[in-house]
Formats: sequence, C-alpha cells, structure tokens
Amino acid sequence: MIELLLIVLFPLIGSLVPVITAGWSRSYSALATALLPFAALALVLQLAPAVFSGETLFYKLPWVEALGLSLSFRLDGLSLLFVFLILGIGLLIILYARYYLSEKDSMARFYGFLMLFMTAMLGIVLSNNLLQLWVFWELTSISSFLLISFWWHRADARLGARMALMITGFGGLALLAGILLIGKVLGSFELDEVLSQAAVLQQHSLYPVILILVLLGAFTKSAQFPFHFWLPNAMSAPTPVSAYLHSATMVKAGIFLLARMYPLLAGSDLWFLMVTITGMTTLLVGAYLALFQHDLKGLLAYSTISHLGLITLLFGLGTDLAAVAAIFHIMNHAIFKASLFMAAGIIDHESGSRDMRKLNGLWQFMPVTATLAMVASASMAGVPLLNGFLSKEMFFAETLHQEVLGALSWLIPVLATVAATLSVAYSARFIHDVFFNGQPKGLPRTPHEPPRYMRVPVEVLVALCILVGLAPAYIVGDLLAVASSAVLAGPLPVYSLSIWHGVNLPLMMSVLALTLGIVLYFNRKHLFRFQAELPELNPLQFFDLKINALLGFSKKWHHSIESVALQRYLVWMFVIVAVLLIWPLQQMGQFSQHKVMQQPDTLMFAATFVATIAAIATVLCQRQRLLSLVMISIVGLVVTLIFVRFSAPDLALTQLSVEVVTIVLLMLALFFLPHKISRASNAGRLIRDGAIASICGVVIGSLSYALMLEPQQRISEFFLANSKTGGGGYNVVNVILVDFRGFDTLGEITVLGIAALGIFKLLTRLPLFRSSSDAQGRQWALDKHPMLLAVVSQALLPLALLVSVYIFFRGHNLPGGGFVAGLITAIAIILQYVAQGVDWVRERLTMDYHRLIAAGVLISTTTGAASWAFDRPFLTSWFDYFHLPLFGEIELASAIAFDLGVYLTVVGATLMILANLGKMTTEHRPVNREQS
Amino acid sequence: MELLVAIIIGVMTCCAVFLILRARTFAVMLGLTMLSYAVNLFIFASGGLKIGAGAVLHATEEYADPLPQALVLTAIVIGFAMTAFLVVLSIRARADLGNDHVDGKLPVAKNTRQGASS
Repeated sequence: MIELLLIVLFPLIGSLVPVITAGWSRSYSALATALLPFAALALVLQLAPAVFSGETLFYKLPWVEALGLSLSFRLDGLSLLFVFLILGIGLLIILYARYYLSEKDSMARFYGFLMLFMTAMLGIVLSNNLLQLWVFWELTSISSFLLISFWWHRADARLGARMALMITGFGGLALLAGILLIGKVLGSFELDEVLSQAAVLQQHSLYPVILILVLLGAFTKSAQFPFHFWLPNAMSAPTPVSAYLHSATMVKAGIFLLARMYPLLAGSDLWFLMVTITGMTTLLVGAYLALFQHDLKGLLAYSTISHLGLITLLFGLGTDLAAVAAIFHIMNHAIFKASLFMAAGIIDHESGSRDMRKLNGLWQFMPVTATLAMVASASMAGVPLLNGFLSKEMFFAETLHQEVLGALSWLIPVLATVAATLSVAYSARFIHDVFFNGQPKGLPRTPHEPPRYMRVPVEVLVALCILVGLAPAYIVGDLLAVASSAVLAGPLPVYSLSIWHGVNLPLMMSVLALTLGIVLYFNRKHLFRFQAELPELNPLQFFDLKINALLGFSKKWHHSIESVALQRYLVWMFVIVAVLLIWPLQQMGQFSQHKVMQQPDTLMFAATFVATIAAIATVLCQRQRLLSLVMISIVGLVVTLIFVRFSAPDLALTQLSVEVVTIVLLMLALFFLPHKISRASNAGRLIRDGAIASICGVVIGSLSYALMLEPQQRISEFFLANSKTGGGGYNVVNVILVDFRGFDTLGEITVLGIAALGIFKLLTRLPLFRSSSDAQGRQWALDKHPMLLAVVSQALLPLALLVSVYIFFRGHNLPGGGFVAGLITAIAIILQYVAQGVDWVRERLTMDYHRLIAAGVLISTTTGAASWAFDRPFLTSWFDYFHLPLFGEIELASAIAFDLGVYLTVVGATLMILANLGKMTTEHRPVNREQS
Repeated sequence: MELLVAIIIGVMTCCAVFLILRARTFAVMLGLTMLSYAVNLFIFASGGLKIGAGAVLHATEEYADPLPQALVLTAIVIGFAMTAFLVVLSIRARADLGNDHVDGKLPVAKNTRQGASS
C-alpha cells in the first residue's frame, strides 16, 4: 500500500509549494498549497472503504531491521479518524489563513510551516513503528515551535514558543525512553507485533516505569495538569495556528498516544489511578480557570485543557464504553473548538481586540459570525441537539458506572457535574459578554463581518456540529465504530448513538449542569471577587524563575570547568589519554615474548639518532622559527627513509611530496605570522608541560612497541589474495585505495576538497599584516624571482609533469598512483609560482582550481555510480585486457578513472591552498566573487 | 629494530605534545605536523616491520602488510589538508585579532599565568 507513504509525503512536498509560489497572488498561492493535502485526502477517501470493512492496511520499507528501524505505516480506524481531522480541518485552516494573515506577514513561511506540521501529524497517526512515531512526534514539537513564534518580533510569542518546545520536548524524551524500554521488553518496535502483548508487558517489572514515561509524553503534549500552562501561553500564535494545533490536532497527539497504547498499557490499577486522577484534575482546573480569562483565546485555551482532561479521564476509566465516548468526544471537540477559535480570530481580526472587557454587543455588527459562534459554544456547553451534548451524555453515563474507588465512587459523577457546570458558565460568558451585554468599549475600530470566504470554514464546522448533533449515527456512526474497535482491539460494546435515551440520570445531570451554569454565570461577580483575592500565580513568571535558576546553576558549574584557555584543555586531554592508556599497556606486556625481534643495524641507529636530535632541536629552536622549520623537515625526511627501509615505497613517495608542500606552506605561514616572539612561558609551566609530554611519549612509544611484538591475526591475507583476481592490480596498496576501500578514498578526497574550499573562504578579505623586514630587521630581498631558479624550474616543468603521468599510470601495478602523481604535478606548478611569480603563471595557466576539485570528486563519484548501471553495488570495479598493435597487452580498469578523480582533486586542492596563500601579497588575492 | 622505531615514535610524540602545549600558533602547527608524523609511523609500524618485502605481488617472496600502508597513505594527504587549514586559520586569526596566541588574546599580565592546570 504505497498510498500510505504518499499520504505523508504529499504534505511534505507541499511545504515547498508556498515557497515556490510566493510570487503569485495570495489567493493562487493558497490554492496551490491546498492542492497536495487535497490529493492526500482523495487518497485516504479511496482507501477508506477497506478500513470501514474492518481491514488494517500496512506499508513497510525495511531499513535497519536489526535495530528495529523501518519505515512502517498502518491505516486502521483510529488513524483514519485522525487523518480526516488533520487533513479536513487543515484544508479549512489554509482557506481561513489566506484571509487572516495580513499583507505584512509572510504567507510562504506560514504555509510552509503549516504543511510541515501537517506532515508530522499524519506521520504520528499513520506510524506502525514506535521509533518512527517518535520522530514525527518530535517534528510536531519543532514545527509547532516555528508556528507559535511566527510573529517572532513579539516577546510573548518567543517566550510562548520556547515554553511549548521545552515542555513538549521534555515529554518527548520521556516518551523515547518509554518506547526504548517497550522495545527492550517486547523485542519489537512494530505496533502490530507489540499491541497484542499486553499481558507480557504488564507482568514485567519495568511496566510501571514504561507506563509513567509514556504517560509523561502524552500528558505534556496534551497539556494535562500540571503541564497545562504551556497551552495558554502558546496563544500568542496566529489564530489559525491555535485553531489547528491547539484545538484539533497537536494537543490531540497525546490523546492519540493514549488511544494507540490503550490495548497495550491500559487495564491495570496504576493506569486507572494515574490517568483518571490526571484527567479529572485537568478537567476541573481547566474549566475553573477558563471562567476567569479576559482574553477570548485564553478562555478557549483553558476550555481546551479542560476538554482534553475529560477525554483523558474517559480513557482512564478503562471500560469499553468509556473508550468509545472518548473517541466520540475527540471528534466533537475538534469540530466545535476549531470553529470557536476561528470565530475568535474573526472577532479579533475585525474589531482589533480579544479582550472580553472591551468586546460587548458585537451581535449588531456581525450577526452571522455571532450566530455561528453561539451555536459552537452551545455545543461546547453541551446543549442538546448539538454534537457536544451527545458525547457529554456518554461521559456522564460512564462516570456513574465506576466502582473502583469503592465508597468514594460517587465523587466521580459529582465532580463531572461540577466541571460541566463550569463549562456551561464559561460558554455563557463567551456568548453573553461578547455578543450582548451592552456596547463595545474603546475598540480600535468599528467591528464588521469578515470577508465572505473567511467565514466558510466556520460555517462548515458549525454545520457539522448540528448535523452530528441531529443524526449522529448517519454522519459519524461508521467512523466511530471502526475507530473504537481499533482502540479496543476487540468486539465493540453495545451503545446507542440516538439523541434521546429517555429521562435518566445522565440527562438529569446535564439539566442540572445547564441550570447551575447559567445561575453561576449571572452571579459571577462574587466568584470573580473571590478569585481576585487569591494570590496570583503567573505560570509564565514561575517558569521563567525556574529556568533562570537552572541556567544560573549550570553557569556556575560551567565556569568552574571552562576557562577559555586552550592550553588548559589540552593539558587535561593529554593527561587523560596517557592515564587511560596505561592500564591496557600492562595487559599487552604479558605476551611480548612471542615474537622474535629483528636485529638493529647501523643505519637504523643513525636514523634514530638524527630523528631524535632533529625533533628535540625543533622544540628548542621554536622561537627561531625558520630554524625550527629546517629541523622539522629533517624529522619528516627520516620518516620518509623509514618508510623506504621497511618496504613501503608508496608511503615514501607520498611522504616526500607532502613534505615539500608542507614546508612551502609553513614558509608562507611564517611570512604572515609575527616575526618577533617573546618568551611566553615561565619555568614552572615548562617543567609541567615537559613532564606531560614525556609521559605521553613514553606511553605511546611503549604502546607501539607492544603492538609490534604482539602476535597478530591479520586480515591482510585477504587483500593479498584478491588484489589481482578481484581488483586487477599488482600493487596491493593502490588496489586497496581505489577498490577494496574505495569508498573511504572517495570520502577522503571529498574532505580534501572541503578543506581547500574552507581555506579559500578564510583567505578572502583577509586584512594583511605585512612587515617590510624579517626578525633581524633585514629588508626582504629585492630579487623576487632569481634568474637561475626561473630557468631551472621552467626546464623541470615538462619533466615533472611527465614523471607524474608515469607515476599515475603505473600506480595500479607498481608503487605510485593518483595521490603521489597529484602531489608531484602540484609541486611542479608551485615551483613555477615561486620561481616566476603569480602574474607569469596566471598568463599561462588559466585553470580554475575550484572546478578542478569539483571535477575530481565528480569523476570519482561517477565512476562509483556507474557500477549501478550494471546492477552492481556502488564502486564495484571493472577491468579487462586488450591487445593493441605496437603496445602489446594493455589493461583497462575502471579504477584508473577513479584514480584520475583522486589525482585531479589532489592537484586542485593543493594548488588552491598554496597558490592562494602565495597570492595574498599580490593584487590577485582571493575576494568574494559577488562583491568583486 | 622494533625498539628503535618505537623510540623514534616516542620521541616524536613527546616533542609534538610539548609543542602543542605552547601558547603561540606557529609552535602548535609544528607540534601537529610532528604529531602526524608520529601517528603515521605508529599506524605503519603496527603492521609489522619487514625489510625488502613490498606489497607488490610477484615482486618479492614475502609481502609487507598492505592495509596499514593504505591507511597511512590517505592519512598523510588528509593530514596535510588539515595542517593547511589550521595554518590558514591561524593566519586569519592573527589578522582579525591582532595576535598569534592560541586563545586569540594575549594574557593580561604574564606573572599571573602559572599553575594553570590544577
């Protein structure tokens, strides 16, 4: 079922559409943005019949099976319900936002983030893999952060976004831990394998930990008490975001998780206690606080918290009917709350205020919007004949059937009625305060009806409120049934979706709540006075306080460790490395007798002597910089000779040529660095550093000695045996580079190219320190390009190039290859720069080193990719032998092409580094192209 | 033989570490260059030391271990690129910050810079 992947992929691609169409008119851009979600919705509708008939659809793309990682989607009833909510309301939001956003707001940015969020949400509800679900879960946190902070120039938006990210991010980490533990206990992350193992998991000793971690994730996301405070602060987001994320979708992700994990985690006493108590507390706290909000969106936010608490409570009760009621309320709440938020946005948009103390009597200005908002808030209050009433009745009925709390079980229905009373009161306030109750006070502009199409989404949703309220079984009966059976993972309980169940206790509770709620609203002055006397606890300030305390604490720690002194860090690093190596060294010494040492000869003694003297001299001469350079080059030469002596001609060639370029580089560096150096370290410090250096030297030397004496299992036999037959070359070192480990080499030339580009960038616009004389105060030589050197180097150039070609071609079978050849070519050209000057070379060599590097990496990559054309893995090499007249037998191998890429990259990178550094004092020094 | 090579590696490491711990960028560059010699030699030597036995097939009776050689070969080139990057970075740092101290600023008073590690 590839469609499942496409449903998620469409909005993801769609997040680019608004950016591409940013230049179009606003309406066309919005229309184009809506196209892909619409296509996704069409796909879902096409799949829906199968789901309604009871099937669960899967799509799986395995990745790292051993780690349980795969791209795995499922579509069952629960997913279907959420997909409808996400895509359906999402499309309405796109239409709404087109009119809500002002000319100054970037519509491309808004729609881009919105589509990203839609992708993340779809990913959550369609995931069949827990780890994948978590990735999308985090993506919703990030995209919601971007959306809340859409008006980032406002401080409250930034703070609200940060708070939401921190709370939901914390919950996300807890969830990840929970998921990993589930995987550890049950051995799989695939939902279809995990969900059926409830008995195994709940018997396990880790079950309480897993439950708490997963619930932390769900509760933070769904703004359950005591994590509820981020939601009201997220109201600084544009209203379409609030309507979409903070009523219909993102906050429902936590609820979705509860529903998804219901078959696995529910049923225990711990679940009942934690989920019920959290849900009940949230229900009451949210409803109570909603009453006191003066901000229209604040009221809706707390009401959302309260309703989310209600759904959580229903899942906590643990009976089958309660779960059905929870699912039913998920859709009802999404429908009426999204429409209310949009209505609030219209009011804000057309009157310039959201303060209910100023907004009064709007009925006369916007009767249509007022009617719509009144119907929706009546649904929120649970007035009969609307959808909110139905699920509330089911909720009441369920609270009556609880016996788990024993003699205290009567508390649940009573508290439920109290919460319902409060919700009637705040709904009444929303209607009466805003639309009646006198005249508006001090609004910035005269309110009026919104543009025609801005009202359409509200109309659609309110129509749904009424339709579902009147004929629930026809409109949502099937959807509710498949969604519930997905949650219950078993037969559905018997329930009736009719609007009249006769006069029974739930109905009495509703009537009581409605009456008391109205009474409460009209006597609210007393309650407001009481509330005003309570000390005000601003969660925002409290949160800030805690965060600052945490920051202060970590800063203190940080400062005790961090001293912004590189030398101190390095001392620590070297000491730790040396100490850590001492223990394994002791272990290694035990079998040092197994291998016979070779007798040292005079040559080697001499080499050791020279290397030691030169190395120490480098240290001693470090303030006479030129001299130390000479010394270090002697060390390099000895290393080269050691390579020669111990049968590594490839290494010797490479080391020798690198030696040359390194010394040229350091010489150039000397020119740009200070010439006069004062003594920087005191005696104590020298002794300390000397001691550390000696310990490191002894430890590394011993380690090397122990390694050489240890009898080893080698994998090199494989390379020796397969070099000719598999790679077609006699020089095993070269074959390893271009064939066996070709991918490493490709990576390395890429790094080389990146380093060269980085250097180029560092050199652009470099302010120069140019001294006119050396450390001893002597003037630089006037003869910049000595005649003798110029003549000799010119004569050497063709010879050197010929040698490099020769070295390149013989590399496959004899010492040589792309690396060495590239270095030789580079050196030959550098010599021209040194001998003839930049101008002379520029006239004759019009090569662009950027292009050279790019060509090199490209050739190597293409050679590697070419093996795909023959259905082989990346970088499979090919070779064959041909007979040519005059030349005789010759070999052609794809490795030659790969090596050519290496060659070009090395030449380009080396020249780019050295030539550009050398050009610094001339007029040709690198500058930013766009500025020059 | 092995002992002598180990001594060379040890001496080079010792000098390199001492140079890296200096305060001026040029000394650090020298130290890193020398450290890369030591490390390359270390990796090479870990494959064992053989005389007169290249890793070219049919050229000799016995073959040296080709794998460390291949590893070191790329390491030499990459080592050069990294050294070059560091060199240019310190030139840039000197140009932008006006000094060649590794911390980008000269210590305020020289007699306060002691016992830094404890």
